Amino acid sequence: MARDQAEVVRPAVGTFDGNEPLLVAALRRREEAAFAALVKRYHSLMLRVAYAQLNDVAAGEDVVQETWLSVIKGIDSFQGRSSLRTWMFRILTHHASARLERDGRQIPFSALASADAVAAEPSVEPSRFFSRDHGPRPYFWVSDPREWPEDALLAAEARSVIAAAVQQLPDSQRVVITLRDLEGWAPDEVCEALGISDGNQRVLLHRARSRVRQVLEKYLGSGGR
Amino acid sequence: MTPPPLQITCKEFAELVTAHEDGVLPERDRIRFECHSERCPGCRAYLQQFRLTIGALRSLPREAAEPDNLDELARTFMDSKPPGQS
Repeated sequence: MARDQAEVVRPAVGTFDGNEPLLVAALRRREEAAFAALVKRYHSLMLRVAYAQLNDVAAGEDVVQETWLSVIKGIDSFQGRSSLRTWMFRILTHHASARLERDGRQIPFSALASADAVAAEPSVEPSRFFSRDHGPRPYFWVSDPREWPEDALLAAEARSVIAAAVQQLPDSQRVVITLRDLEGWAPDEVCEALGISDGNQRVLLHRARSRVRQVLEKYLGSGGR
Repeated sequence: MTPPPLQITCKEFAELVTAHEDGVLPERDRIRFECHSERCPGCRAYLQQFRLTIGALRSLPREAAEPDNLDELARTFMDSKPPGQS
């Protein structure tokens, strides 16, 4: 049914982004260009997400290969109840968990993520606030943050500082900020793809953003720009 | 000493930013957050920094890499049969 509807338009490779029904229809017709576009678009992201879950480059590559084979096998039965990318990354997470179990590593990513989310981590260094027993202004800024110039983060140097800060994040935070902010996924897509709760994805995202902001504050404060 | 119930501290403000930006704060907390922001220049600046950080993260270039065996994967894909075709 979907196959017939899509016959009308044949977009060039690359225009699939944002037009998922068209992409899925092309994949079902076994159009090589559509498949190549899909792989080129998501392979690198899959490797990063697999690495965050497994902490092992070689195992991550295996799992991504398994994922592509599952995507090929499953595309005709893809129901469109979630987005295609959510579906693909759920397969990836499934293969990663199976791999962890096979390797005798006890902690699946979802458990790691919730342990990380439960552990206390303030968004701002506590020394930036007055203490609890400070008379009139407990927990208020000791010295106010100042607005950054709107263009402060546009410079190539600032961008590489940000990219490096993301790389330094703990696995669970890095994978969530990558999907939410770098890739622009919706919260429910991230939860479904990684098998984590909405609350946990938001805590991890907030911590990740807070850490990146702190790095940038130091960078801008030290005269960088 | 705890602050009056209708106010939040700067420390609490800093913890709520992502929930506020995602639009998931309960109404009561959203109002507290926004009232605090109106009255506190430090937190307004903090929010501006946070938003610039998010904007910069969103505009980072995407890494692109294709697998060494793309051709092989593509062959597997082309050889796989849609249902109803043999």
